[in-house]
Amino acid sequence: MHEAGLMARVLEIAARHAEEAGAGRIRLIALRVGALSGVEKESLRFAFEALKPGTPAREAELLIEEVPLRGSCEACNIEFAADGLYGIALCPSCGEPVAAVAAGEELEISYLEVI
Amino acid sequence: MPQKEMELSLVFPGAEERRVVAVNVGVMSYNDERAALLRRRYREAEIVVFNVMSSPGAGKTELLARTLDAVGAPSAVIVGDLATDNDARRLRGVQGNRPVAQIMTGGVCHLEAAMIERALAALPLEGVRLLAIENVGNLVCPAGFDLGEDFRVVLFSVTEGEDKPLKYPKMFKHADAVVVNKMDLAAAAGFDRSAAGENLRLVAPGVPVFWLSARSGAGMASWLEFLRRRIHA
Repeated sequence: MHEAGLMARVLEIAARHAEEAGAGRIRLIALRVGALSGVEKESLRFAFEALKPGTPAREAELLIEEVPLRGSCEACNIEFAADGLYGIALCPSCGEPVAAVAAGEELEISYLEVI
Repeated sequence: MPQKEMELSLVFPGAEERRVVAVNVGVMSYNDERAALLRRRYREAEIVVFNVMSSPGAGKTELLARTLDAVGAPSAVIVGDLATDNDARRLRGVQGNRPVAQIMTGGVCHLEAAMIERALAALPLEGVRLLAIENVGNLVCPAGFDLGEDFRVVLFSVTEGEDKPLKYPKMFKHADAVVVNKMDLAAAAGFDRSAAGENLRLVAPGVPVFWLSARSGAGMASWLEFLRRRIHA
């Protein structure tokens, strides 16, 4: 997996936004990570600790908000929490599997806390 | 929210004051921007592009070599691999004149849009109608990287088992077509076709599935027909 590459990108984006906000240090980086984002939380944390020295986030903590998978059934016109394993989203109304993902694929920086 | 008020009361004189900076930027945004540029470039050149992904050894090169020789449209290939001369020769086609660009990823587990940009600079696309991208053999990482392709083909072979779609749902959910390869070995591998079909239906309902053997040629006709429809769409 390529969590180290992704974390390098996270630190880059965070440093740019902190600088634009006139902040010297980043205290916290908040990520939203979907259940189906394809990245592994523990690998992200490891990469964060390994890569943060020497960046404006060197003393920052990493907050990971997990976003569960939500499916969306066109036939029934509903959105629902998919509690199944393996990325399977069964519509609670018609019982059919749906392909459309309404949430759960996110991999984004939601906010920073800076000083 | 009482909890929020408690948090706020924790900011006392002398403590550092933190400010919140909203970001809301996708970590993949850089690749997504490059991919959007590639997509525009393919459109302008009127080239149909597909991205083929599978585990190592599922038969991507074999499928592509046989497919591109038979599809009846001028084609080119970008192959992301530590490919040997043998692989490149197979992809260059029976006449040996199909343009092929190899991307040495140097251990990177997927292709990114920026790598495709560099490969295109070395690939003569004059007269080419169909561009196949053979991704790095991996069912996890390539799923997140848009290469600007028109459609994605995910391949797995009968020797890998029926539960491949359940193990790699992100990959299969984003497939525009699934190819199940090495069907000539299905009996020997004890492959349960209906279980595999049901797993695909659960993870990626509605996706077209092609059961074939690239080597024997069985089942290739409907797959080639699907490709031709996409080329002329």
